[in-house]
Amino acid sequence: MDAIVTVVGKDQVGIIAGVTQELSHAGINILTISQTILDEYFTMIMKVDLGGMILARQELNARLETAGMRLGVQITLIHEEVLNAMHRI
Amino acid sequence: MVFTQQEIEESIRMFRSQKLDIRTITMGISLRDCASDSGETARRRIYDKICRLAEKLVVSGEAISLEYGIPIINKRISVTPVAMIAEASGEKNYTAFAKTLDAAAKTVGVNFLGGFSALVQKGYTTGDRALIRSIPQALAETDRVCASVNVGSTSAGINMDAVRQMGFVVKALAHRTADTGGLGCAKLVIFANAVEDNPFMAGAFHGVGEPECVINVGLSGPGVIKSALESVRGESFDVVAETIKKTAFKITRMGELVAREASRRLGVPFGIIDLSLAPTPAVGDSVARIFQELGLEYVGAPGSTAALALLNDAVKKGGIMASSHVGGLSGAFIPVTEDEGMVEAVQAGALSLEKLEAMTCVCSVGLDMIALPGDTPAATISGLIADEAAIGVTNHKTTAVRLIPVPGKKVGEWVEFGGLLGGGPIMAVSRFSSLDFINRGGRIPAPVHSFKN
Repeated sequence: MDAIVTVVGKDQVGIIAGVTQELSHAGINILTISQTILDEYFTMIMKVDLGGMILARQELNARLETAGMRLGVQITLIHEEVLNAMHRI
Repeated sequence: MVFTQQEIEESIRMFRSQKLDIRTITMGISLRDCASDSGETARRRIYDKICRLAEKLVVSGEAISLEYGIPIINKRISVTPVAMIAEASGEKNYTAFAKTLDAAAKTVGVNFLGGFSALVQKGYTTGDRALIRSIPQALAETDRVCASVNVGSTSAGINMDAVRQMGFVVKALAHRTADTGGLGCAKLVIFANAVEDNPFMAGAFHGVGEPECVINVGLSGPGVIKSALESVRGESFDVVAETIKKTAFKITRMGELVAREASRRLGVPFGIIDLSLAPTPAVGDSVARIFQELGLEYVGAPGSTAALALLNDAVKKGGIMASSHVGGLSGAFIPVTEDEGMVEAVQAGALSLEKLEAMTCVCSVGLDMIALPGDTPAATISGLIADEAAIGVTNHKTTAVRLIPVPGKKVGEWVEFGGLLGGGPIMAVSRFSSLDFINRGGRIPAPVHSFKN
C-alpha cells in the first residue's frame, strides 16, 4: 500500500535526515523523493510503501508529529488511493 | 511523481483547514423479519439483529478514518419504518420499540438511529396511527432515536389529516422536552417525497425497496466549496458553476472510496453516496458563507434563491459524474441553528422564515432547524408543514420540516441546543391564523403532471 508524505517548512539542516530516519525506524520504504526550496521554504514530497510498516498507524502519526515539531516542519501522510480518487478519472 | 505538488496540497488543505469530512457512514438495516404478534418477541429480534449486523460498524469506521487519514464524523443506523414492524404486535404505544432501538444504538456505539417512522402520504394504517401518537413520548424518553413521518408525495398528494396531526405532535414533543428548549423536535422530520436511502439524520430510514443491509455514505464540505470559490472572485456564474462542479466531483470520489472500503470490510453492499453541503455550527463549515462568497451581503438578500439553485444543481452535477450511485438528498442543506452564518443572517435581519420557504423550492431539503416562539399555535405549524409539502409535491422533490417551537421563548431570544445542533435566535412566524384551513382535513389531490406552464 503506497502513500504520499509531504514535508513543508522553513529550511534548516537535517530535515531530510530527521524525516527519513523516522520512516526507516517504522519499516517504511521510500520509493521516490522530490525536493525543492522555494523562498527559503523547504518542500519535499515522497512516495512511500507502507507494506512493511511495523508500527500501528496511530503510533506512526504521533511520531511524525513529534518529528515535525522538532524539525519545524509540517509532515503529512496521505493515502495514494485518496489522491487517485480525487485527481484521476 | 505521479501527482503534482498542487494536487497533493489541494487534498491536504481540504482535510486540514477546510473541514472536508465524511459526515456519516450510515448502515441501513431491514427489520422486516423482526415483526411478531408479540411486542416483546419483536423487540428482542430487533435488538439482536441491529447488534449483530452493526457490531463492527463503529470500529471499522474508525479504522478506515485512521488508515486513509479522512475524518469520519458519525457512524449511524437507519431501519425499516418502525410502524410497519411494530404493527403486528397489536400494541397501542410504540415507546417500548423506541427504547429498544435506543438501547441497540447505545450497545453498538452509534450516535443516532433513524427509522421511528411512518409513511402516511395517502392514509394511515393502524400501526401508523400508533407510531405517530407515540412520537412525543418515544422521543422524550430516548436519546438517540430519530423519527420521521412522510405526509405527502407527488403521486399521492398531501394527507392533510396527517399535516394537522403533526402540528400537535410537534407541540407536544416540544412541551415534553421543554427543559432542553424543545430539543426533542430536532429529532423529528416531517417529509414530502421522503427518500428511502438518505444517510443523514434526523430523516434517515431504511426504505422497503432497500436490501437486507446496506452502507450509505453522507459527505459534506461547505468549507471546501467556499474556499474553491475564493479563487474565482468576481468571475461569471459560468465559472462559478464549473468550479463548484469540479470540487463536488473530487469530494464525491473521496466519499466513494470510503464507502467501498467500508462496504468491503463490513461485508455489506454499498448503496449510495449522498453529497450534501451539510453545515455544522463550527466556523468554516457554513453553507451561508458560500452565499456571501458569491456576492450577497448576507444569505437572505435578494438573489439568495438563485444562488441556492445554482449551488444545489452544480453540487448534484459534480456528484453524479463522480459516482454511479448517488442518492439520498444530495444538494445543499439550509438549516438555521446548525449554521453560524445563517444565525448571523437572522440576527442581522436579512433572513426571514418566508425567504427560507422560498429558498426551499430549490434546495435539497426544507425548513430545517428553525426555532419558533413557544406559543406558536399547532395550526400555524401545520400550515408551515402544508406549504412545505406543497412545494415538494408540486416540484417533484423532497421537502422536509424540522421546526422547534421553543417553550417559554419569544422572538429574538436565544436557544442553545449544543453540539452539532447548534443554537440560534427564535425567528418570527406569521401571526395570522391557519386554523380553519388546517381543520378541514382530508387529502389535497396529487398535482397534474402535464400542462406545466
